[in-house]
Amino acid sequence: MKKRPLLDIRGLTRDYVGNALFSRPHVNRALDDLTMTVDAGTIHGIVGESGCGKSTLARIVMGLDRPTSGEVIFDGDAVFRLNDKELKRKRRDFQMVFQDPFGSLNPRHTVGRIVAEPLHVLDVRPGRAETRDKVAAMLESVGLTAAHAERHPHEFSGGQRQRIAIARALITEPKLVVADEAVSALDLSVQAQVLNLLMELREKRGVTFLFITHNLAVVDAVADMVGVMYRGRMVETGPAQEVFASPLHPYTQVLAAAEPSIEKFGRPASQQKPIAAIADIGVGCSFRNRCPIAAARCAVEQPALRTLSPGRQTACHRAEDLLPSTQPAKARRI
Amino acid sequence: MSAVTVTVEKPAARRTSLFLRRPNLVIGGAIIAILVIIAFVSLFWTPMPPGKMQIIHKLKPPLAQGLLGTDHFGRDVLSMLMAGAWNSLSIATVAVAFGASLGTLLGVTAAARRGVFEAVAMRANDVIFAFPPILSAMMLGALLGTGRFTAIIAIAVFMVPVFSRVTVSAASQVWARDYVLAARAAGKGGVLITIEHILPNIANQIIVQVTIQLGLAILTEAGLSFLGLGMAPPAPTWGRMLADAQTYLGTAPWLAILPGLAIALTVFGFNMLGDGLRDLLDPREKGRT
Repeated sequence: MKKRPLLDIRGLTRDYVGNALFSRPHVNRALDDLTMTVDAGTIHGIVGESGCGKSTLARIVMGLDRPTSGEVIFDGDAVFRLNDKELKRKRRDFQMVFQDPFGSLNPRHTVGRIVAEPLHVLDVRPGRAETRDKVAAMLESVGLTAAHAERHPHEFSGGQRQRIAIARALITEPKLVVADEAVSALDLSVQAQVLNLLMELREKRGVTFLFITHNLAVVDAVADMVGVMYRGRMVETGPAQEVFASPLHPYTQVLAAAEPSIEKFGRPASQQKPIAAIADIGVGCSFRNRCPIAAARCAVEQPALRTLSPGRQTACHRAEDLLPSTQPAKARRI
Repeated sequence: MSAVTVTVEKPAARRTSLFLRRPNLVIGGAIIAILVIIAFVSLFWTPMPPGKMQIIHKLKPPLAQGLLGTDHFGRDVLSMLMAGAWNSLSIATVAVAFGASLGTLLGVTAAARRGVFEAVAMRANDVIFAFPPILSAMMLGALLGTGRFTAIIAIAVFMVPVFSRVTVSAASQVWARDYVLAARAAGKGGVLITIEHILPNIANQIIVQVTIQLGLAILTEAGLSFLGLGMAPPAPTWGRMLADAQTYLGTAPWLAILPGLAIALTVFGFNMLGDGLRDLLDPREKGRT
């Protein structure tokens, strides 16, 4: 019997309607019928280029923005069907770590106050002494000291600030932490420290992470599962190692090929077609204009996410051609 | 890295005096401090009672009778200027306090609610802003009669749009910060976020605006008194001293010059103080402190 996933996202769509005074109203679809599940206790990576809807996904999962349609089922409850009070109570179970360690901490508050902020969602808020103890314990578990609670954010480095943000996210002992580009603003060595901390917290506390990033190497290093997003749609999902070792969607291939590495210095000579006219919403595959293997069918029929092999899903009509057995060796880049 | 710059800069900053680093702040602060002291002293002591007429000593030049001479009723000009300082500063302060609180409340609410509320509130501000304060004071004067209260209301109404504009733009910037998003993820509502996150982070801009608007309020109050829309006649105000002096411009020019100087100096002082505070408090300037 399959366990109920912690996070179950069904057909999530978010349209931003531009309604400027002197221009025609236009719809910008940030998320397009996105479906995915996240199992408890895993680190689930989401990758994709800028503007593909990753951050919109994070905001909606956090209940900070409402979807145009679709459902987010968290731990058995449809988040957007809860009333305000129930949603507030639910918030203790999901918290967030933001990208910018300088913008996500109020410069006028002490670290202690910042870390204690989410305790606001608890029905029974701890008293002053208990809060102080909780904050101290939390700071220590992210590698800071209890004395740091008295200081202000500007006294800390970027990596330390991100530890503070992680402590804030974990103080209510949430089941899910959404990390939106949580290490992107940090130096490489500090990135590694913070990533190790996240993995350690997953092991010790059983926290589930939804780890959103544009950096494949980071996902490759920490994630159990990965979802690849393109233009608001999930185009491929599967175990992280497998997805990057043998991509089953041409976009994942392009992403993996664009990743810098020791072996291929600089950027590979582009074999892609230039980004031509942007595909219209809902007609055909949105990636077809950049796709090296696009066929006639791709222009008329939008591919749905389908299971190709156990645990691997892809949204490509021609995914079979990308299977390792049929794929010519020279076309593979990783 | 930032820790290093701080330790390097601090001793260097201490060596130069505050006057050299922030001349605006020091000069403006000194002028305003002296004026405030004079205004308070006038409540307990002036060289002569400011309303006392001595017709035999009328229109005496400075030093001939009292330190700064007398006016056409023989009243002591220095005493009147001192009492006028209290009247001007108290009206300006109360008016700006009213306008700033109401405008800030409107601004933070508009930034928190957005949408229709913001649009309506800001357009209403534009309408108020389009009326010159003197004009609205004349209308209010016709409605309520002239006096201290009318002057305060007229100036305060004019201040509301100024403060709500400054606040709404500053608050909107803070609302876009991730720490506000984090507070929302912690289940906090608009009121709590405004109190805990928005106001502390826009306080600097409001304080700077308060000092600049105080200068403007002094000027407006003087204008209202000049037109006879300020405080009722026996109470000395700088504006009415100027108005009364018009007739004697040829024979007793000091009657016009002295209150004019007082107004100019006060406005100058507030503007300098505002500039200095802006330099000191503006986060964009922080790297240079």
